[in-house]
Amino acid sequence: MFGRQRLVTVPTKIAQVGGLLRMLQTIRKFVIDNYLFGEEGTLSDEDSFMETGIIDSTGILELVRFLESTYTIKVTDEELIPDNLDSVSKIASFILMKQSASRQTAQERSTRLSEETRA
Amino acid sequence: MKPHGAASSDLLRLDAEGETERITSWIRETVFHTLRRKGAVIAVSGGIDSSVVAFLCARALGNERILLLFMPEADSSPHSLQLGRMVADALNAKSVLEDISPILTGAECYRRRDDSIRLVVPEYGPGYKCKIVLPGLLDAGRYAIFSVVVQSPDGKMTKVRLTPDAYLGIVAATNFKQRTRKMMEYYYADLLQYAVAGTPNLLEYDQGFFVKNGDGAADFKPIAHLYKSQVYQLAAHLGVPEDILHRPPTTDTYTLEQSQEEFYFTLPYEQMDLCLYGKDHGISASDLARASGMTEDLVDRAYHMIEAKRKVAKYLHAPSMTID
Repeated sequence: MFGRQRLVTVPTKIAQVGGLLRMLQTIRKFVIDNYLFGEEGTLSDEDSFMETGIIDSTGILELVRFLESTYTIKVTDEELIPDNLDSVSKIASFILMKQSASRQTAQERSTRLSEETRA
Repeated sequence: MKPHGAASSDLLRLDAEGETERITSWIRETVFHTLRRKGAVIAVSGGIDSSVVAFLCARALGNERILLLFMPEADSSPHSLQLGRMVADALNAKSVLEDISPILTGAECYRRRDDSIRLVVPEYGPGYKCKIVLPGLLDAGRYAIFSVVVQSPDGKMTKVRLTPDAYLGIVAATNFKQRTRKMMEYYYADLLQYAVAGTPNLLEYDQGFFVKNGDGAADFKPIAHLYKSQVYQLAAHLGVPEDILHRPPTTDTYTLEQSQEEFYFTLPYEQMDLCLYGKDHGISASDLARASGMTEDLVDRAYHMIEAKRKVAKYLHAPSMTID
């Protein structure tokens, strides 16, 4: 039983980690291409955009457009805060959180629909 | 009603007469001897800064050696022109009215701006009014991202966050206004062998609240070292008309009334002045908060914003680059 669970879980975890790495890579490439003019330098995934001064308010607008079109999400005004967007890793966590919330909403909607159909 | 600047902190109290003397002798030396020009052209908007510069130039050079320019356009408030005329009357100075709307129409300023607004508000068209705004500094710690506010002909207001294309398009188009005015100022400066006076105060100059090669361009800038509240103190000392002293600072650039606070500074200028002073004099956020009645959180955010705007202003201040 335990062995079977591992067989199901490990590939899922690997896929999740792979997805996260790809996401970090994509966001990082966008930041480097758009704000560092393709010069990677020493930017780490944890570096604060505000402290390093690489993104100004117009840059945030461009970043939001990129995230909304790449990950098919809608960033609300309330979500436009440094906790969500101030580094490559914060952006990735934010996107994961948005995607997970969106999946949960879709699942709840589908459950509700099937309950209504049964009723 | 108290004039603006009356509530400013003692930190920014000015010896108005001494400062007037200092500035006027600097203007004389700069215009006549350094620049070797016969007088000064001043674009008068009806606001406090250009009015003070006009009064200072009149005192420094003589009212017969200044030319005041009024340059309204289709979106300007008619009140601005009335206030500008008050300055000319008070100084008994020569003035010229140049309506720049036809030049702006020729450059397609309005069409380009409206096209950009339609990227986010498709129904925007004739009869609509607009402005762009920033959230307040304490607005839940959000980034300073512009939104456009539009008013439909039936009065309905809508606020929409701008996309990068819409934002850049609106700003690029409206910047025609400041650059056209500067072009006209230099026309008269060439015609009369005058110098062009710039009118930014310290807040605007330091924080980049100007258009590069637009209102940012000038031959001399006599109040760029003064905080906004100090400009008000000088205005009261110089006898600038009361109506101008009491007018809230406005950009007069968009068809809807727009304060400088919602367009750029995100804080009332009295607080911005104090925060800029505190930051530049090494006063900690907690000390300034205690002395001023602002919260420490607000001062801290203002300190960060000042730094961020200075980074953006670096490009605006940069002259043309050349190889050594």
